Amino acid sequence: MSLSRDDLIERRACITGIGQSQIGRRLYRDPLELTLDACVAAIRDAGLTTRDIDGLSTYPGMAATPAGFSGAHATQVHDALRLEVGWYGSGIETSGQLGSVINACLAVGAGLANHVLCFRSVWEGSAQGSKGRKASMPGAGRGGDFRASGIMEWTLPFYAPSAAVWIAMFAQRHFHQFGTTREQLAQIALNGRRNAALNPAAIYRDPMTIDDYFNARIISTPFCLFDCDVPADGATAVIVSRRERARDLRRKPIGVEAVGTALRGRPSWDQFDDLSTMANRDAAAHMWTRTDLKPSDVDVAQLYDGFSFLALSWLEALGFCPVGEGGPFIEGGARIARDGELPLNTHGGQLSAGRLHGYGFLHEACVQLWEEGGDRQVANHPRVAVAAAGGGNTCGCMLLVRE
Amino acid sequence: MSDLPFRILPEINDLNRPFWTSGRSGELHFLCCADCGYVVHPPTPMCPRDLSKNLVPQAVSGRATVATFTINHQPWMPGPELPYVVAIVEIDEQPSVRLTTNIINCAPADVFVGMPVRVVFEHRPVEDGEDLWIPLFEPAPVRAGA
Repeated sequence: MSLSRDDLIERRACITGIGQSQIGRRLYRDPLELTLDACVAAIRDAGLTTRDIDGLSTYPGMAATPAGFSGAHATQVHDALRLEVGWYGSGIETSGQLGSVINACLAVGAGLANHVLCFRSVWEGSAQGSKGRKASMPGAGRGGDFRASGIMEWTLPFYAPSAAVWIAMFAQRHFHQFGTTREQLAQIALNGRRNAALNPAAIYRDPMTIDDYFNARIISTPFCLFDCDVPADGATAVIVSRRERARDLRRKPIGVEAVGTALRGRPSWDQFDDLSTMANRDAAAHMWTRTDLKPSDVDVAQLYDGFSFLALSWLEALGFCPVGEGGPFIEGGARIARDGELPLNTHGGQLSAGRLHGYGFLHEACVQLWEEGGDRQVANHPRVAVAAAGGGNTCGCMLLVRE
Repeated sequence: MSDLPFRILPEINDLNRPFWTSGRSGELHFLCCADCGYVVHPPTPMCPRDLSKNLVPQAVSGRATVATFTINHQPWMPGPELPYVVAIVEIDEQPSVRLTTNIINCAPADVFVGMPVRVVFEHRPVEDGEDLWIPLFEPAPVRAGA
């Protein structure tokens, strides 16, 4: 580690509370209400009141995004709770969904705020309604006059409107280069479903077998339906506190050991230098430069699985196995099971617990470190957890330590 | 009017016009740095290598290699017959330049990583606007001596 301790200002931050709203496939509830439910739950979980909250951060906030992708803007929550903040921010151009939490860590580390409320809220399930995912497709229903621009200029004209198609191509490249198989990839989905069965808040809890997986319809090779997460409604919030202000709170704080934010490759889905990996390569490598801990110190991993392949890709990026060996690493599923050497996505991941878009992994990392997982709690008092979110050209990760 | 299937077309501006319209000549064009030869894609007003603004459209051979692909079965939007192939191809002249595209004129199951392909344009007449030529790719005959 070439940095001094004084450089690592994320360590001046800790997590003191978490909260979630009702979660469901389609709740048809006001997304701001869901958001506020999660925020208030997190504030109370920390033993704070709205008057104590002096920072606010969210992803993506006010941005041009598909229907239901942004359940509440920072401004809406700011005003609804009548917060008086020393620092606030939101945006989509950051290191994945957790970039917003990392920004909060840096803000409290710099002394701009003491307790930052961070939230992520989605209502894609209800927003798409019975029209399904087509309703969220750029240009859908806009006929022949709609023209593609921005990054969509290079994908939409080729009938490639979805991350399912883009990430399927990364997976296909990985299959080609390293011999990864669908049997191996299936373990991400099967593991998630096994864990979701023990998570009362998960959306999909019915058992899934390998036959169910192979009988599912193909979306875009090599992905079948169960490799893809499903639009959902729900909000998650976490409180990031300045360490010296966390001592007397309700909970024992969870320390932020290191964060990873780098993006060295081109910020592009198809121009990225190595199509068998992604921005997670850079974010994960960056994180390990900011700690003396090693992948072997991690007790539980909560890794983004908006598509199954992304979790496999994060396993490699974070160094849990060599690059290219993610397939053999998860083969059979024993290693990533709750009682395996690296319990993965213990809440069910986005594939089974619901597409809460990044924050669900951080929430579950905290649940496991506080040992409040109930039936799904991993044994042996986990001390170190990694939470990672994002895929393609936008990724970020956090290493958390129970103290 | 054209009986081509629905396809979302790109918004055209001065920077991307050569790319989307040069198919008129039958040749694929990219913006190139006239000073250092670097192919700049997607097009930007400045060469990222030497920061020159001396960028000019330049024809390439149209030959490329499939870097990866997917056979898509999901009906995301009206238009294409299912399943269809979406691929990322690397152009011969500068393989770091990639295009997301469709592979046509072959069975989806015959597409493979490393497959040599060549550009084939789909001419899109545009009423009250500029006609566009969408660069798609098809299997390329193996070159003699290759």
